[in-house]
Amino acid sequence: MASPTTRRIVGAAMTGATYSAAALAIIPLVAILGMLIVKGAGSLDWNFFLKSAVPVGEAGGGFANAIVGTLLIVGVAAAIGVPIGVGAGIYLAEFGGGTVGWLVRFVADTLNGIPSIIIGVFAWTLVVRPTGRFSALAGSFALACILVPIVARTTEEMVRLVPNSLREAALALGYPRWRTSLTVVARTARAGIVTGCLVAVSRVAGETAPLLFTALGSQFFSTNLLHPVAALPLQVYVYAVGPYEEWHRQAWAGALVLIILVLLLGIIARLATRSRHERA
Amino acid sequence: MTALANDQPAIRAPRLSSAERRRDLRIINRGDVVYRVALLALALVLPLLLVTIVGGLVVGAWPAIKQFHVGFLIKSTWDPVAGQFGALPLIFGTLYSSLVAMVLAVPLALGAAIFLTEFAPRWMRAPVGTLIELLAGVPSVIYGLWGLFVLVPLLRDVIWPVIKPAVHWLPFFSGPFYGPSVLAGGTILAIMMLPYVAAVSREVLRAVPPAQREAALALGATRWEAVRTVVLPYGRAGIFGAVVLGLGRALGETMAVTMLIGNRHEISLSLVQPGYTIAAAIANEFAEAVSGLHLSALVYCGLVLFVISVLVNAVARWLIWRVARGSAAGSAAI
Amino acid sequence: MLDRATIASAVTAPTPAPARTPWEPAPVPAPVPTPVPRLAVERITAWYGTIAGIRDVSLAFEANRVTALIGPSGCGKSTLLRCLNRMHELVPGTHVEGRVLLDGHDIYASDVSPIAVRRTVGMVFQKPTPFPTMSIAENVAAGLRVGPPISRSERDGIVERALRRAALWDEVKDRLRDSPLALSGGQQQRLCVARTIAPEPEVLLLDEPTASLDPLGSARIEELVHELKHEFTVVIVTHNLQQAARVSDVTAFFYLGTLIEVGPTAQLFTAPTQPQTEAYVTGRFG
Repeated sequence: MASPTTRRIVGAAMTGATYSAAALAIIPLVAILGMLIVKGAGSLDWNFFLKSAVPVGEAGGGFANAIVGTLLIVGVAAAIGVPIGVGAGIYLAEFGGGTVGWLVRFVADTLNGIPSIIIGVFAWTLVVRPTGRFSALAGSFALACILVPIVARTTEEMVRLVPNSLREAALALGYPRWRTSLTVVARTARAGIVTGCLVAVSRVAGETAPLLFTALGSQFFSTNLLHPVAALPLQVYVYAVGPYEEWHRQAWAGALVLIILVLLLGIIARLATRSRHERA
Repeated sequence: MTALANDQPAIRAPRLSSAERRRDLRIINRGDVVYRVALLALALVLPLLLVTIVGGLVVGAWPAIKQFHVGFLIKSTWDPVAGQFGALPLIFGTLYSSLVAMVLAVPLALGAAIFLTEFAPRWMRAPVGTLIELLAGVPSVIYGLWGLFVLVPLLRDVIWPVIKPAVHWLPFFSGPFYGPSVLAGGTILAIMMLPYVAAVSREVLRAVPPAQREAALALGATRWEAVRTVVLPYGRAGIFGAVVLGLGRALGETMAVTMLIGNRHEISLSLVQPGYTIAAAIANEFAEAVSGLHLSALVYCGLVLFVISVLVNAVARWLIWRVARGSAAGSAAI
Repeated sequence: MLDRATIASAVTAPTPAPARTPWEPAPVPAPVPTPVPRLAVERITAWYGTIAGIRDVSLAFEANRVTALIGPSGCGKSTLLRCLNRMHELVPGTHVEGRVLLDGHDIYASDVSPIAVRRTVGMVFQKPTPFPTMSIAENVAAGLRVGPPISRSERDGIVERALRRAALWDEVKDRLRDSPLALSGGQQQRLCVARTIAPEPEVLLLDEPTASLDPLGSARIEELVHELKHEFTVVIVTHNLQQAARVSDVTAFFYLGTLIEVGPTAQLFTAPTQPQTEAYVTGRFG
């Protein structure tokens, strides 16, 4: 057994070590956010938000097409994925005690662990190859595949949080099972479910890999679901690895917009759940 | 009787006759059945999706599987023009870069988790915890952008000249360092892996009953000794699970890696050489694949990555489940 | 410690019904109008898997009377209560044997829907459970949504009447649209009572309704029970002996899943016939 002094020194050293570890863990976040602001904020002018990409060499291009494209793809993906995910989640929470429930849960967790690039390959095989074209729809499909298992699990958790006493109270009033589930249980869990969806959508909005060969990206402004479309993270990638300084500058700006979008959604989601807890 | 009796007796809820009640009952049962079936249908989309994904991958990879069989996994030649494909460098690179990431990230993540649960002052716990969790939400492409223009120049122009004389003789650091490298890729993977491992480890450590800690402290241990001898062993399985979970993420990371790793089909122990991962190769070559066989080879790689990821994630979840008992924290962290 | 004198002084006017086997109606019309059993259970056994929560219980609940079910923890009184509105079967692995007769009809008959039963037999739970996403008025009207369609004004009228009968109207009439979560525990429980009586069930089941309330709130609920019995048949489960003595007309004592004794409250508390009953009501065990 070491002497008391040695033990105290070791203890202090390890405490210091953990402080440093935590500090080192946060440094990249600070560094990245800082760099984004430093390099990107300057380029956020009206041109950036209102103009689409222009051919190299010309000035005045912007990210309008990419921003709109992201809104389009993510919107359609949410429209497809959220209903399925929420429905699956409610099923798991209300009826999911048996084998089927266990299976669906296991599958959902497995799906959540699949790299998003593989989902992109899958979407390509299922949508792009048969139709012979890249499209925003294929991109939305890929993103929806990522959304569904996330939303299913978070919805399940939120619905499970509803106390059983509320279910019993509704059933004792003569509510059929379906009405209890829909108008009492799901309604009570509504805020939590929405939060879960917001978090999932924000995660999906930042995904690039699944869009690489589904939506493909584009220089043009388009809202046609059947054509390739630009997307914010995708354009940031293309511009970042491109050879032009002008592109690099815009990539930083695009990245700043992207991170603001993602962080904003995350913060809103957090605030929504916290205020619920404080009120109830 | 109280004054209540003076209400208008006319306003009473109407009562159903027994015939009406009987008819109601059939409708009620039907409603329940419809509801349950509809939800079940939505829930079954998930297994259907998984099966379709596996099927789609196998179908897409089939030409390559038929041509190269399992040898695909141990050959190194990647020549799209000649139609020769071997995925060994990709598999090696995937595993090697993830290993580098783990070596860098796990001690820091664990340290941060221990900090948050044991040593941090109360007021610091929530903000620092939130900051670390925010890191997990940063999109991959932003990490890549930052890595490309900040990390790589930092490694190449600042750190490398300093450590080169000391380590150049090691096989891990041999060869010229141009920037894009396994080291750069591994480092960015470490930064991306860190929040997951830290967050899940924190939940695992939080699940350790306070009584255990207190028992150690009551016996005269310092706080660190209590952690080392009681808390860490108790949460060992869960922490291991957290690490494996982070590994699962690192294996599938695409954008940041492809921007930093150099994208070369080559097997080398040297960290300063370019490398390649399956995910990066697919991202790079898929859209401009030279031939159907090339595409199929890429999908074959994807299938391999799929299998590895699913296995690693399953192991991670099982380990975490054992400690966190399938709590909301555990599944939320995943 | 309870003794007979204390209990006797807490009991209100004793019911004049003659002592007889609990579930048989009186064979001859007596000068005092005999209470008709509104609800009766015949040889009920309720299973949790392989364990019987209550065994072979037969009991009648007289109309417009309050019947209290008392007994130590785990004696099966709540289980019996939940058999009366078919809530027991909601727990997986449970089943019920025997008959429960509501106005002579077995509610466990194969062609009877449990949901229809629950609309006729209402229940108030131990913990107040207002629906958090509905306003106070919407909470009270919640039970009406699954009944026959009624107009808006009818609904508002019913809500007001229910709140008046639950002695809550004056306190909430200006904030019917507000969230029920702002109400105190006692007020929330009265809201639950209003919600339960609004659709006019025949029978009211109260499962330890004052267990989570302070004394003031409990007193108000007990007053309520006195008034409600004029319109409903009330069955109340309570582990508070004084409360049982205060509010009920008939008391049934359970122990380890069997019905030990049932009788007019005054008589059960002052002159119980079974030794276990006496031991329980005098506080020798609980």
